[in-house]
Amino acid sequence: MAEETAAGRSWFNRRGWRDLIIGVPYVWLLTFFLLPFVIVFAMSLARRAELSPPIAFLDEWPWIRGDNFARLFSDTLYIRAYLTSIWNAGVATFFCLLIGYPMALGITRVSKSWRNILLMLVILPFWTSFLLRVYAWMGLLGNNSWFNRGLTATINAVIPSEWALKSIPMMNSNFAVVLVMVYSYLPFMILPLYANLEKLDMTLNEAALDLGSRPWQVFKDVTLPLSIPGIIAGGLLVFIPASGELIIPSLVGNASDPMIGRVISDQFSSARDWPMASAVAVALLLLLLLVLPMMVYTYFEGRAQAQGEARP
Amino acid sequence: MAAEGQAPFIRIEGVSKSFGKFTAVNDVSLDIMKGEMFALLGGSGCGKTTLLRMLAGFEQPSSGRIFLDGQDMSGIPPYERPVNMMFQSYALFPHMTVEGNVGYGLKHEKMTAAERTGRVRQMLDLVQLTALAERKPHQLSGGQRQRVALARALAKQPKLLLLDEPLGALDKKLREHTQFEIMNIQERTGITFVVVTHDQEEAMTLADRIAVMDHGEIRQVGAPTEVYEHPSSRFVAGFIGSINMFDGDVKHNGAGLTIAVPSLGSDIVIETGSAQSGDKVTVAVRPEKIMISRDRPECANAFQGVVKDLGYFGKDSLYRVVLPSGTLVSVNSVNTTRGSGSRVAEWDDKVWLSFEPSAAILLRD
Repeated sequence: MAEETAAGRSWFNRRGWRDLIIGVPYVWLLTFFLLPFVIVFAMSLARRAELSPPIAFLDEWPWIRGDNFARLFSDTLYIRAYLTSIWNAGVATFFCLLIGYPMALGITRVSKSWRNILLMLVILPFWTSFLLRVYAWMGLLGNNSWFNRGLTATINAVIPSEWALKSIPMMNSNFAVVLVMVYSYLPFMILPLYANLEKLDMTLNEAALDLGSRPWQVFKDVTLPLSIPGIIAGGLLVFIPASGELIIPSLVGNASDPMIGRVISDQFSSARDWPMASAVAVALLLLLLLVLPMMVYTYFEGRAQAQGEARP
Repeated sequence: MAAEGQAPFIRIEGVSKSFGKFTAVNDVSLDIMKGEMFALLGGSGCGKTTLLRMLAGFEQPSSGRIFLDGQDMSGIPPYERPVNMMFQSYALFPHMTVEGNVGYGLKHEKMTAAERTGRVRQMLDLVQLTALAERKPHQLSGGQRQRVALARALAKQPKLLLLDEPLGALDKKLREHTQFEIMNIQERTGITFVVVTHDQEEAMTLADRIAVMDHGEIRQVGAPTEVYEHPSSRFVAGFIGSINMFDGDVKHNGAGLTIAVPSLGSDIVIETGSAQSGDKVTVAVRPEKIMISRDRPECANAFQGVVKDLGYFGKDSLYRVVLPSGTLVSVNSVNTTRGSGSRVAEWDDKVWLSFEPSAAILLRD
């Protein structure tokens, strides 16, 4: 029996087995991420055609063309869509941080049993379909909803009657997009922040208090700088999906001021211009790759600082 | 040590602290003099750390009051107290350099930038860390971190410095060195130090006076020699160092006290103690105050036994001798000669144990 176990262990430790375990995820990523990306990138250099799939490369050298990328700059629709996406995602990230930070910090300061309950409540919305929750917001924000009418009545009660509103135009606006994105992505900000803040040594706060800092100075000098890795992680988890968001702007957004996800979707389906859609997608990725290194750099700076605490 | 009759610098007046149903500190009253090096000694959960945290202002007493330099500290938050603390874990700010850590408390002082840099330099000189001013805490060794923590706590020139297990995280060699360094710094700065420790050796070498704590109460306060040589209770005698304790009855009080001790098999005579005949008492003798020999010594208190255990520590040996009554007696004996024959006795040897009438302590509880 013991020999069998030893044999089993040596089999498990064999180099080939270890390589397989490491290799599978790489093969997976290579097949289902890198390969599709190469296909999309190739497509972005082709032209539209009445074929299936609706793409065609040029008949002669150099086979590819950059017209799609040129159009990104010549057609203001694309530039505006990129700016709207980055702006909406940025504002949503900012408010997620503004709301999520105190929540995460608050959760770390309550008793263990309360912590689990509060964390549970943060994750609870995921139990309901995302689509359903966005529809619920449509119901709340619409001009004839009880929420809108109630809010309108409340505002009308305090402002002069000649300015009285019929309703508050909230639906189909960037305001609605940002509001619903903040609501949807808040847990993605809170969870990494909580994980970071929970690790912080509370005696550091006591040391700062002891050295003459008032509570708000302790936060500014100790808690905030040490939570930068959490802020970066939460920021990335909100900003990246928010900038490519399709469903929220489609359902509650302003159709004349689309976000980039909507543009890609429209080009693929209604316009059937796959090469153009691919170019838009590739450009979004490059744009994020420009923003990310800045954030990642800051992240590693923060990590280097936090290391002093991690090492005994 | 401060002179008698001087007003105490710290006065702890009937202080208690409860957490829910648990009483961590129970009606403690204590006076600490200016410039004193004072140790709170006790096992874990004895309330010493809670008392220290009340001095720092992290906890408020449930009842009683603490005066510092004549001022009532009730309700004063830690950031307004002229008290600084060196934390057991050091609690250095990981995102700041050594210089940043030491200078952190000075941000809130009214002083010019030049004065501040000057003070930081002075503190780094004091702990000999000037060369490492630009390092981050994670680039330092344990001993260096300890010195940064000490410099940071001293930088604001507090009236009172609190040290929570200051040597706890250091290895044995470094402990001895650092111990003397702390004593030196205390002498040079003249600041009152209160040290919390569970290590009696640390308390004995560092402190001018020691308060032995148990279950939230102070059992004895005194100079190290006093606490060691004249413990007031069985608890203190047993907590500080090792000790042999024998129960007995006082037979008569004449020239010295004669006590019948059944476990030793004979009457013993001790020099000190006021007791009436018939009193139930405990006689305590430190292992190093008992002599061990092969021949019967010329001594009032002598007993025969057999060596059961023997521990060799190089400079001395510890013998555990079993008496005919079955009682085990620990004896410490310095190995004065070199070589394998340096020990007085070996396993299973018959030996004589003896102690002078002045070596024994009389305990009543």
